[in-house]
Amino acid sequence: MLTIKNLHCQLEDEPETRILKGLDLTVEAGKVHAIMGPNGSGKSTLSYVLSGRDGYEVTDGSATLQGADLLEMEPEERAAAGLFLAFQYPVEIPGVGNMTFLREALNSQRKARGEEPVSAGDFLKLVREKAKTLDISPEMLKRAVNVGFSGGEKKRNEILQMAVLEPKLCILDETDSGLDVDAMKLVAEGVNALRSPDRGFLVITHYQRLLDHIQPDVVHIMAQGRIIQTGGPELALKVENEGYADLLKDLA
Amino acid sequence: MEAPVIESKVPAWRAAFTRFLAEHPAAQFGAQSRRDAFERFEAHGLPTRRHEYWRYTPLRALDPDQALASKGGDPFAAVDGYRLVFVDGVMDASRSDHLALGAAIDVADGSKDCSWVDIVAEDARAHTAVERPFAELNRALCSHGLAARIPAGVKLDKPILLRYEGAQPAHLRVGLLVEDGAEVTVLESGAGALTMLIEARVGSGASLHHLRAQTELVDRQFASLFARVLEGGHFASFTLAADAALIRNETMLDLTGDEARGHVAGGVLGRAGSVIDNTVFVTHAALKGESRQVFKNVLDEDGRGVFQGKILVRKGAQKTDGYQISQSILLDERAEFDAKPELEIYADDVACSHGSTSGAIDETALFYLRSRGVDRRTAESLLVAAFIEEAIAEIADEDLQEVMRGEVARWMTERAG
Ligand SMILES: Nc1ncnc2c1ncn2[C@@H]1O[C@H](COP(=O)(O)OP(=O)(O)OP(=O)(O)O)[C@@H](O)[C@H]1O
Ligand SMILES: [Mg+2]
Repeated sequence: MLTIKNLHCQLEDEPETRILKGLDLTVEAGKVHAIMGPNGSGKSTLSYVLSGRDGYEVTDGSATLQGADLLEMEPEERAAAGLFLAFQYPVEIPGVGNMTFLREALNSQRKARGEEPVSAGDFLKLVREKAKTLDISPEMLKRAVNVGFSGGEKKRNEILQMAVLEPKLCILDETDSGLDVDAMKLVAEGVNALRSPDRGFLVITHYQRLLDHIQPDVVHIMAQGRIIQTGGPELALKVENEGYADLLKDLA
Repeated sequence: MEAPVIESKVPAWRAAFTRFLAEHPAAQFGAQSRRDAFERFEAHGLPTRRHEYWRYTPLRALDPDQALASKGGDPFAAVDGYRLVFVDGVMDASRSDHLALGAAIDVADGSKDCSWVDIVAEDARAHTAVERPFAELNRALCSHGLAARIPAGVKLDKPILLRYEGAQPAHLRVGLLVEDGAEVTVLESGAGALTMLIEARVGSGASLHHLRAQTELVDRQFASLFARVLEGGHFASFTLAADAALIRNETMLDLTGDEARGHVAGGVLGRAGSVIDNTVFVTHAALKGESRQVFKNVLDEDGRGVFQGKILVRKGAQKTDGYQISQSILLDERAEFDAKPELEIYADDVACSHGSTSGAIDETALFYLRSRGVDRRTAESLLVAAFIEEAIAEIADEDLQEVMRGEVARWMTERAG
């Protein structure tokens, strides 16, 4: 589903800052892949490069989603192609209502795919239903995007967007950070509800905790802009118990 | 016989004024005050960048006879109200509700004692801190308009809609005496006025709401508005200006009664070749006055926005609460926004603040929206709508808010096309 080969990137404004240095990664449909790795190893950068944020220059390598070249597309085209990034730091947008935003997003994607827009009534029903399972109140839905939301509420709002947009490939960047125990369960349930044979997940996290709830099929360790090790769920447990020292000792 | 004027600074305007008096015998009635006004205009001359409040706004030449083009339609077309339609500077009675308006309030028509008309003019003339050449030009050359008294306690059921049409560079003048406890809303739209002048007095506990749509302009328009607000009175004005060679809106607000409130807000949408200038002068001359100035500029291509906002707090105007914000989003690197905020305070127990920002659209927010599938243009429209909302929220009437939002959305769509 998602195929990344030898991906290299540097900062546009500071070409000497190279962040991704030959990253290879494949996520198959129906699978959950987790990425762990020390702070600053480039995990968020990977998620931004895949979703098309400005400021990074890809100098080598490729990234495709279901065969389509992601790197050639505008961010909105990537979204319509099925890519979704749950941000590590969701953005507040004063003055733009949550519902307006979500509806605009859903219908833009549908339009790009040649589908009919969802009617106001159906949309409202859809969002209310999904919001309920994530414990997002109707009052929160009425507010501006992420404005006045607590850290945990912002993360739940990301998952709500994901549930409504039904992407093909979901990237979750530290969605667990800032969540209390109950919220973590809600979020995990939200993600698990979306698991399906034709959808892939890339879950970036620092903690085994989240992976207790969202069982990964594959775990990758990322360091210094590359995947340095790939294994099963046991790899995450090893990190949890031993830290990265052992895994990193060969890099130096 | 007119004394020959040697070397007028504005010979074309002098000729236009002489012709005007000859062609409008009725104007002879107020000819002396017109002459006085013209002489003040003439003594000042057309503003240049050397004049303190014209530094950012290039006027260049101004031909008295140059026809005015227009585009688009009347944003207030669907609003129910007392409509007064001025075509080439003269009211078109067949399309106007002047009779119904005259039945509801007191409208000066020369047939009855209307000495109250002078009250508002005197209020405005008392405002002498800065010369207002276009107000003087209007006083000299106005061909028509409205002089209305809203009697004490009368809350006019519908807004008064002033509609300016036609290609003549007309001058229209409006006097409004809103007596104690009265309420009225006045709307202006249309490209068929080169200058407009509103002189208003808002009585104790009275309220005057003013909305101006300058979305159909192509050429130039100079609008002056003087309002004096008495005790506990409320004046609120909102102007939406879009794409014209030059728009200059001057608002002079004098809060002379205790606890008077004055709100002046505006949205500016400017692209290729347009210059839009909002210049506001608020004077606090009494206790516990509250004033707000909220201006939002959206500038694309090489569009230019200018905001000059002054808050003057006179000695003794304690407990004044004055607020001013002017902001711009520059959608193109060629766009420009100039702000000149001024506070001049002679009282010691006041709270006044001002702020101004200018910058590109928020890239982080833009990326967030796009990452959810919203295309760039739509995302920009959403952010622009959100940006301008703070100014639109200053409009009390929700339907009129919606009209203004519609105009902003339309402008953004034109941009996408
Ligand atoms: N826009 C930027 N400007 C400057 N440095 C950047 C920028 N983006 C990323 N970096 C640098 O690139 C490196 C990787 O950052 P990134 O945010 O991708 O790490 P991460 O693996 O997500 O870390 P964390 O676990 O702390 O979230 C860091 O050293 C960071 O400082
Ligand atoms: Mg990160």
